[in-house]
Amino acid sequence: MSATAAPSPVRPTLSELFRAFAVVSVSGFGGALPWARRKIVEQKHWMTAEEFNEAFALSQFLPGPNVVNFSVVFGSRFGGAPGAAVALAGLMGPPLVIVTVLAVLYARFGDLEILSRVLAGITAAAVGLLIAVVAKMAGPMFRKRWDWAPLVAIAAFIGVAIMQWPLPLVFVALAPVSVALAWVTR
Amino acid sequence: MNDNPLVSLFGYFALLSLFAVGGANAAIPEMHRIAVEVMHWMTDRQFADSFAIAQVSPGPNIIIVTLIGYHVAGLPGAAVATTAMCGPTCIVAFLVARIWDRFKEARWRIAIQAGLVPVSLGLIAASAFVLARSADHNIYAAIITAVTALVGFATRINPLWIFAVGGLLGLTGLL
Repeated sequence: MSATAAPSPVRPTLSELFRAFAVVSVSGFGGALPWARRKIVEQKHWMTAEEFNEAFALSQFLPGPNVVNFSVVFGSRFGGAPGAAVALAGLMGPPLVIVTVLAVLYARFGDLEILSRVLAGITAAAVGLLIAVVAKMAGPMFRKRWDWAPLVAIAAFIGVAIMQWPLPLVFVALAPVSVALAWVTR
Repeated sequence: MNDNPLVSLFGYFALLSLFAVGGANAAIPEMHRIAVEVMHWMTDRQFADSFAIAQVSPGPNIIIVTLIGYHVAGLPGAAVATTAMCGPTCIVAFLVARIWDRFKEARWRIAIQAGLVPVSLGLIAASAFVLARSADHNIYAAIITAVTALVGFATRINPLWIFAVGGLLGLTGLL
């Protein structure tokens, strides 16, 4: 894939890496990916769109939060271990400061009726957005001819949500089956 | 695990970080199970509140672990929980990034990725279920959830607007 387009010639310095990810993280309400793409591909030209997609595919392939993975993948590509550390620090630093302040405030005022009302409204709305994400993911999967993927999704849901089994257990039971099915059916 | 909450925080979140395929949203049910059901670190409502705060905070949503950690053991708890959730997966990301080119076209790599998509879908659906059970305890909250789901599905509106409307409706005391 990367052979189809020449790599972008512009390389960020460590401090540029830090600042870019700090900006991306604090502007990235509701998903940092679109902001990361805008900053890295369109504004800074550190990566071509193809390179960005490939780095992001890798981040999705890995376990854990995608954007965090992305910062490490991206940072290490331009600056090795220090680059990875700097990009990660940029991504996590400012939000950590903000959320720690919020945690302190919540510990102090969490029992206030007015605050719990507002948070209850936000949670109800956020759950709706999660359902929308599920619907968007499920659409293509369930539209295909009836195959194994929806069964795996339903089994994971029942195991974790209804049976309340530990996630590692459900994962170890389901993932190998699902990967094996993906292997034989393609 | 251990009487020291920092040790438990680290152990649970470090393990979870390696199984969280699909990111923060997929990890919510397991966090809820540990923090509310198993360890009794927080109530159902406090967990839902932490989720809401993480949603409206800038930055990755995985930052909910910082809130849980702070709730359990103050600043050291916040630091330990965040490090545990991001550390192992960052090390894996760093190592895999160096050899990615060698196997990115490999059939097994593609099979793993394709096989994990339905697993993460099931986990994210489980997140919605677990949170809805603690958030939608009356008809008005359920209506907000339903309408938001439709709006989120049909449009690409910035979630902040949706949270603002949800928060305002909550403020009216309807929920």
